[in-house]
Amino acid sequence: MKIVYERPKTLEKVVNHYCPGCHHGILHALIAEVLDEMKLADKTVGVAPVGCAVMAYNYLDIDWIEAPHGRAVAIATGIKLAHPDVLVFTYQGDGDAASIGLAETLYGAIRGVNVTTFMYNNAIYGMTGGQMAPTTLLGMKTTTSPYGRDPKREGYPVKMAETIALQDGTAFAARSALFNPRAITETKNHIKHAFELQMKGEGFTFIEVVGTCPTNWGMTPVEASEFAKNEMVKTYPLGIKKDVKGSETR
Amino acid sequence: MSERILMKGNEAVGEAAVRAGCRLYFGYPITPASEIAEYMAYRLPQVGGTFIQAESELAASNMVYGAAAAGKYAMTASSSPGISLMQEALSYMAGAEVPGLFVDAVRGGPGLGDIQAAQSDYFQLTKGGGHGDYHLIVFAPYTIQEVINIMPIAFETAFKYRNPVVIAIDGLIGQMMEAVEFPYFVNPDEVPLPNWALSGKFRHGYKKNVNTSLELDPEKLEAINWRLQAKYHEIEEKEPRYDYVGVEAPETLVVAYGTVARVTMSALKKMLAEGKSIGLFRPITIWPFPGKALAQKAVNAKRIVVLEMSAGQMIEDVKLNVFDPNKEYEFHGHPGGTTFTPSEIEQILRG
Repeated sequence: MKIVYERPKTLEKVVNHYCPGCHHGILHALIAEVLDEMKLADKTVGVAPVGCAVMAYNYLDIDWIEAPHGRAVAIATGIKLAHPDVLVFTYQGDGDAASIGLAETLYGAIRGVNVTTFMYNNAIYGMTGGQMAPTTLLGMKTTTSPYGRDPKREGYPVKMAETIALQDGTAFAARSALFNPRAITETKNHIKHAFELQMKGEGFTFIEVVGTCPTNWGMTPVEASEFAKNEMVKTYPLGIKKDVKGSETR
Repeated sequence: MSERILMKGNEAVGEAAVRAGCRLYFGYPITPASEIAEYMAYRLPQVGGTFIQAESELAASNMVYGAAAAGKYAMTASSSPGISLMQEALSYMAGAEVPGLFVDAVRGGPGLGDIQAAQSDYFQLTKGGGHGDYHLIVFAPYTIQEVINIMPIAFETAFKYRNPVVIAIDGLIGQMMEAVEFPYFVNPDEVPLPNWALSGKFRHGYKKNVNTSLELDPEKLEAINWRLQAKYHEIEEKEPRYDYVGVEAPETLVVAYGTVARVTMSALKKMLAEGKSIGLFRPITIWPFPGKALAQKAVNAKRIVVLEMSAGQMIEDVKLNVFDPNKEYEFHGHPGGTTFTPSEIEQILRG
């Protein structure tokens, strides 16, 4: 019998700490699948953030470092220069990459640092208990925007994939999602393409992934997935925002 | 290779680092440390190294964190306000046991202060500086040649103990020129990559390395912190460095480091030639503080004179280590970026 799918070797056989219906686990599994397919797991260093993915280092069987809040791309810059032959990626949330670490993330693109950044965008600070994120949708209620995000008071949701795409040092910037198999396949294609570009030394690669936070959104897993699909993508349109090479996989 | 050349202090910092085997420098401009970055931007490409001008001191220090966690000699240099911004990375690096070299060309504070030489970062550098229970290893050389001599030791010590190391100079040492020699040239390819380095599993037996300062289980974190404290105690036993010039058991013991110690030398030599019972104790490491040696030198001293370009910071460690309330402690300071003159110190020492 032909094996059509198996657990990625690089995905550690441990129980993860993510909430039911959270999409972090899917993104972890996709990265593991791509590392396996590209035979890169032994040549990879991951940079974990501060946020829900702070313990990502427990879930993928690769070298890892846990960065200070927001500094992941700076850490990745140091690692990449120390070992230019390894694949280096940062795995961050929206608060980490787009608020406290905005300068570091943007400078990854401005400087064209040859690393890949994943930004999981669920419009909220999950680990600290549901505060407003730079990506929180207009009108969305959080513990620090209890009356709903009002642009006059709290400003507007940040469009990271588009912002990163504007920078000349960016090789690839895209936004994808994980709410159905088609979106998942698209995200996997982006990951593979970004890693290929990095290994060719093309520049900064950035993948924003629209995800869920059922716990802090106050929704069931299915409701959260539907919200990502029907509401999140209105503010965060999916698609490739910049690609210097064009993907071989599409 | 070890011919004597005339060189500016900040440039000597850069050349010494290159010759000590450092090929990765991450900097952000700040007076009076900028020449170190400028020199590295010019010098590193000549030897296959990389200079990066970071977007901030936060980023520069975290790039050092990444490169050092990847097992390489990496450094940055800054001055007091910039070093304040680096406290985040320093605390994390101490917690995650990552080596790395930080040079602080100390200037007057607090806040923006001024751009003249000072020693008012003593507390920040020696007592931790950032959050949590930790120490940095801090060298405080008093001449450009001593900066050069310390540089390879600084990198080796950082990697031996897996702890960030600081070389504290000041605007004067950085800006003046002296004839110096570089008696070493380390080939970075011959510096072994540590087995803990984040470098891809294929480089270290296909078992993953994880570098983190996070431990959510309080009992485990407590155990980690006691282990770190044991390391710091070992450093306190093995690594204090000092210099002493004077009579065996002086009545007047002067304690000063860095530029102040250097300015003290002329008055000291004059008074020693007159047969005065005096001596200068000069800490070369300000953490670990050479407290035991200081206490021995202070046994017969009636008067202990502490001179600092601050409002009085090291004097706390002097009192803590001499621990004798019957002695007379005298502090003289310049906390704003001005420096002692030799005649001023002579006047102070003559009482």
